[in-house]
Amino acid sequence: MSFMTKPKVAHPRLRRNNLGLTRRDYEGTMSTLCAGCGHDSITAALIEACFELSLPPHRIAKMSGIGCSSKTPAYFVGAAHGFNSVHGRMPSIATGANAANRDLYYIGISGDGDSLSIGMGQFSHVIRRNLHMLYVIENNGVYGLTKGQFSASADVGSKAKKGEVNLQSPIDPVLTALALGCTFVARSFSGDKEQLVPLIKAAMKHRGFALLDILSPCVTFNDHEDSTKSYAYTRQFYHPAIHTDFVEPTQNIAATYKQGEAFPVTLHDGSNILLRKVAKDYDPTDRRLAFDFVEENLKSGEYLTGLLYIDESKPDFHDMAQTDHRPLNEIPYAELNPGADAMKKILARYR
Amino acid sequence: MDKTDTAKPDFFHKVVDCQWACPAHTDVPEYIRLIAQGRFADAYMVNRESNVFPAILGRVCDRPCEPACRRGRVEDKPVAICRLKRVAADLKGDIDDRLPAIPKAKNGKRVALVGAGCASLTVANDLMPLGYDITIFEALGVPGGLMRSNIPAFRLPEAVLSEEIGRIIDMGVDLRLGARVNSMKELLGQGFDAVFVGSGAPKGKELNLPGRHESDQIFIGIDWLESVAFEHTDSIGENVVIIGAGNTAMDCCRSALRLGGKNVTVAARKPRHLFKASDWELEDAEEEKVNILVNHAPEEFVIENGKLTGVKFAIVEWSEDETGRLTSKALDHVVVPADSVILAVGQENAFPWVERDIGLEFNKWEEPVVDPITFESTRKGVFFGGDAAFGPKNIIWAVAHGHQAAISLHKYCQDQPLTTRLPDTLNLGSRKMGLHEWSYANDYNPAQRLKMNHVDLTNRFKEMNIEVELGFSPEQAAEEVARCLNCDIQTVFTDDLCIECDACLDICPTDCLTITRNSDEEDLRTRLRVPAENLTQPLFVSGPLKQTARVMVKDEDMCVHCGLCAERCPTAAWDMQKSCIKIPYAVDEETAWQKRQKKSA
Ligand SMILES: Cc1cc2nc3c(=O)[nH]c(=O)nc-3n(C[C@H](O)[C@H](O)[C@H](O)COP(=O)(O)OP(=O)(O)OC[C@H]3O[C@@H](n4cnc5c(N)ncnc54)[C@H](O)[C@@H]3O)c2cc1C
Ligand SMILES: Cc1ncc(C[n+]2csc(CCOP(=O)(O)OP(=O)(O)O)c2C)c(N)n1
Ligand code: SF4
Ligand code: SF4
Ligand code: SF4
Ligand SMILES: [Mg+2]
Repeated sequence: MSFMTKPKVAHPRLRRNNLGLTRRDYEGTMSTLCAGCGHDSITAALIEACFELSLPPHRIAKMSGIGCSSKTPAYFVGAAHGFNSVHGRMPSIATGANAANRDLYYIGISGDGDSLSIGMGQFSHVIRRNLHMLYVIENNGVYGLTKGQFSASADVGSKAKKGEVNLQSPIDPVLTALALGCTFVARSFSGDKEQLVPLIKAAMKHRGFALLDILSPCVTFNDHEDSTKSYAYTRQFYHPAIHTDFVEPTQNIAATYKQGEAFPVTLHDGSNILLRKVAKDYDPTDRRLAFDFVEENLKSGEYLTGLLYIDESKPDFHDMAQTDHRPLNEIPYAELNPGADAMKKILARYR
Repeated sequence: MDKTDTAKPDFFHKVVDCQWACPAHTDVPEYIRLIAQGRFADAYMVNRESNVFPAILGRVCDRPCEPACRRGRVEDKPVAICRLKRVAADLKGDIDDRLPAIPKAKNGKRVALVGAGCASLTVANDLMPLGYDITIFEALGVPGGLMRSNIPAFRLPEAVLSEEIGRIIDMGVDLRLGARVNSMKELLGQGFDAVFVGSGAPKGKELNLPGRHESDQIFIGIDWLESVAFEHTDSIGENVVIIGAGNTAMDCCRSALRLGGKNVTVAARKPRHLFKASDWELEDAEEEKVNILVNHAPEEFVIENGKLTGVKFAIVEWSEDETGRLTSKALDHVVVPADSVILAVGQENAFPWVERDIGLEFNKWEEPVVDPITFESTRKGVFFGGDAAFGPKNIIWAVAHGHQAAISLHKYCQDQPLTTRLPDTLNLGSRKMGLHEWSYANDYNPAQRLKMNHVDLTNRFKEMNIEVELGFSPEQAAEEVARCLNCDIQTVFTDDLCIECDACLDICPTDCLTITRNSDEEDLRTRLRVPAENLTQPLFVSGPLKQTARVMVKDEDMCVHCGLCAERCPTAAWDMQKSCIKIPYAVDEETAWQKRQKKSA
C-alpha cells in the first residue's frame, strides 16, 4: 500500500486507441494492495486489454466478491460500472446483472478463496449456466486478505510462511472448469503480460463463460522458499502449452500466420484467436485430451498455461433461457410492463 | 546493450538536464528546493559557487538550462529556472560573512587580467581566496564589461551589477580603470607570473551598403548601446530601423523606444524560426510594440539631400538547395522610412594590441589559438577566456571559462601540469526516510509556468533605467518551485533484488520502465512501453535479472522522479537517491594538492 498517488501526468507520446483514449484513461484509483502483489500486475494487464480492445469504459461492468483479489476492480477502468458483493457470491450477482443487461462486458474478479472455498457452489453453477463473462481467479494459494491461511488451491507439501505444511489435496480451477463443461478455459501468470493480455482479450470476446485462472503471487504471505505459488517457483514451473494471439475482426487473419504453424478459432463477433501450439499433440478443442494433459502436468509439478480449451458452439445463458435479445433498459416501458390486465391473463393460465 | 555503468558521474549528471546544459553546471534542483524551504541565502550561495553572479544571471542569463528542462518535454513550458535565481538573489539578505576569507599573507604570485568583464571577474573570484595578487586592466572607467556597457539598465539595474561586481573587487583586487592595454609585449614585460585575457569580442560588424557613410544617423549596435549606457547618447530619431535579429537587436530596439523612437522596426533577412534572438527577448520586444519584419534583406541606405530617410530592402524568399544550404530570391523591394538606423548584425573579437611575433598564434580568422580544456594560448602562461577565447557567447559561458582558466593559472603558477585536473565526482544518498516517506517533495504539481509581471507600458518608458520585470514574490515563487521535478533525485536500481513482479512498470505514470529481453540499442528503443524516440536521452539498462535473465530498461526521457517505482517495489530494487555532482574549482585543486603534499611528507 502506498500513500502517494499516481499523478495524472502521462507520457506525451502515449498511444491512443480507436476511441482516442490512452491506456491511462483505463486506470482506476490507486491500489491499496501490498507493493509487488501479483494482483496489481493483473490489473495492469486488464487495463492494457480494455485499452487495446477500445472498449468504451461505460460498457464494462466489474463484479467481485471478497478478498485482496476482489478489491482489484477498484483499480481499473474507473469509469466502468461495478459491484463488490459478499464473499463467494459474485456469480449470482453477475448472473442477475447479465440477465438485466446482456450488452455489457462483464469482468468478474475473484480469488482462490472466494471461488474455491466459500464460493465453490456459485462458481460451479455459473459455469453450468455458461454466463457470458470473463471470470478471473487471481490465484495465490492463500487467503491474502485474512493474513495468509492456506486456500483450497494450495498444493500438497507447500509450506506456509510460518512453516506449516499443507496436507489436503488442492482443487484445481482449470480441471474443475473442464469437468463442469466450461467453454473457455485458460491459465496464465501475473508475471507474463505477453501471454496474459491476448488471453484476456480473447476471453472478453468469447461468447459464454471464460475462466482465466491466473497464478498471482502473494508477495506478503506466499512468496517465500518452499511455497509453490511464489514468483520464483512459478517462473520455474509454468509452461505455455500454446501461444494465443488475438486478431481483431478488421485485421486480415490470413496474413498473420502461415498454414500449419497456427490454427485460428473464429469468435462470434468475427474476431479470431490464433493458436500456436508449443506442446506437440495438444488440441485445445478436445476436452478429454485437455483434461488429461493438464492433469498429467500437474502431477509432475508443472503449471501448463495458455488457452487450454475452447468451444465456441455452446449456447450461452440467454440462448438457453430464450430471453429477449435487448437489454431490459432498451425495451419500451409498455412492453416491459404490459400492465395489470396482462398480469391477470398470465395468472389465469395457472388457475 | 551493455549494463549501464552508473559509476561514471556523467550518467546521472546528464539526467539532471538543466545542470548538464548549464555551462557552469549550476545545481539547479538543489537551489530550487532551498527556495521552496525559504532558505534564500543558501539558495544564493549554491548559485554563487558555480555561476558567481546569481543576481545578474537571474535577470539576463541566456538560460540554456530552460530549453533543456525535462518539464518542457513532459508538458510544454520549462520551470522558470532563471527567474527563480533572481528570487534567491532578491530575498537573500546579507551574505557577506559567507564569502571565502582572503588571506592577509599573499602567496607571492602576481596575475594580470585584461578587461574587467565577467570572465576576468570570475578568475579573480577564484584566485583571490588562494592568496594571489590580482591586477585587472580595464579600458573603460567602470568594471563589468558588456554587462555594464551594453546590457540596458531596464533589464539589468546598475545597483545589481555594482553589488555583485563589488563583492569581487572588494576581495582586494587591484583594479586599474581607464587602463587600456595597448601592447601585450609591454604587459608581458611587467613581471607578472601569468596573464589572463578576458577582453571580450568588442567589435561590432559593419554593413557596407550604398549610403553607409553619408549619414551620421547610422550606428553600430554595440557602440551605440555603450554610448547610451554611459549617457553620451540620450535621443534618437522618431523612425528607427534596426538591422539584424539577434539579442543585440532586441536591446537596441527597446532602448530606442526609451530615447524617443516612435516607430521602431527590427528588420531581419531570415524567417522568424531562424532568428538568433531568444524567444523571450522577442516576446518582450513585441510586447513593447516593436515591428518585426522577416525576410527583409537590406540593400541600400536611402539618402535624400544629404539626410537619411529610409532603408531599401529586398523582400526575399528562402529555399534549400541540394546541399541543404539556404538561398534567397528577391521577390519585391520596399523602402522603410528611417531617421536613424542601428546595425546589429554581429560581433567579433579583435586583438590589435596583441603583437604577432611573441609566440601567440592566431588562426585564419584572426582568433587566438586556445586550448579548450586549459584555456592556454600557444604562449606559455598566457590564457584566454570569455568572448575573447572562442568568439561571442554569453555571460554564463564566460563564467565557466573563468573557473577553468583559474584552475590553469593556479597550476601554472604552482608549476603543476595543466592537464592533470581533478575529475568531476558524484555522490548518491538515499532519500528514503520511513516505510512510505521520502525526504523530498515528490507530488507532481500540475500548475502552469508562472508569468512574470512587468511594469505597465505607460510607465516603463519614462526612464531608461526602470527595470521592466518585477520579479516573483515569495508566494509566487512557492508555486513555481513546486513545478521542478527534482531530476537530481535519481532512480537507482539494484539488479539482484528484483523479483520481476512488474509493480514499478505498472505504476510509472510516464511509462519509463520496461522489463524485456536485451538486444542492441536501436532495437531496444522500439520495444519499450513507449518507444524511446528522443535519442538525446539515454537508456538505463540493468544486468540480467535473476529469474528470467531479461533486463530492466529505463528511458530517462520522461521520468518525473515521482519515486513511485521505488515506493511500489517490494524489494527496494529501486531506490530514490539524491545525486550531488562536484565540479572542482581552483580551491579544490589547491586542497587536493596540499593533501598530497601531506601524504608524501
Ligand atoms: C547588446 C548585448 C546584449 C547582451 N545580452 C546578454 C544577455 O542578456 N545575457 C548574456 O548572458 N549575455 C549577453 N550578452 C553577451 C555577454 O555580454 C558577453 O558574452 C559577456 O559579457 C562576455 O564577457 P567577457 O568577460 O568575455 O567580456 P566583456 O564583457 O566583453 O568584457 C571585456 C572587457 O574588456 C575590456 N577590454 C577590451 N579590450 C581591452 C584592452 N585592450 N585593455 C583593457 N581592457 C580591455 C572591455 O572594455 C570590457 O570591459 C550580450 C551582448 C551584447 C553585445
Ligand atoms: C462470509 C465471509 N466469510 C469469511 C470472510 C473472511 N474472508 C475475507 S477474505 C477471505 C479469503 C480471501 O481469499 P482469496 O479469495 O484467495 O483472496 P486473496 O486475498 O488471496 O486475494 C476470507 C475467508 C468474509 N469476509 N466473509
Ligand atoms: S496480502 Fe497478498 S494478496 Fe493481499 S495484497 Fe498483499 S500481496 Fe496481495
Ligand atoms: S521516478 Fe520511477 S515511477 Fe516516477 S516517473 Fe521516474 S521511473 Fe517512473
Ligand atoms: S517493483 Fe521492484 S521487484 Fe518488482 S519488477 Fe520493479 S524493480 Fe523488480
Ligand atoms: Mg487467494
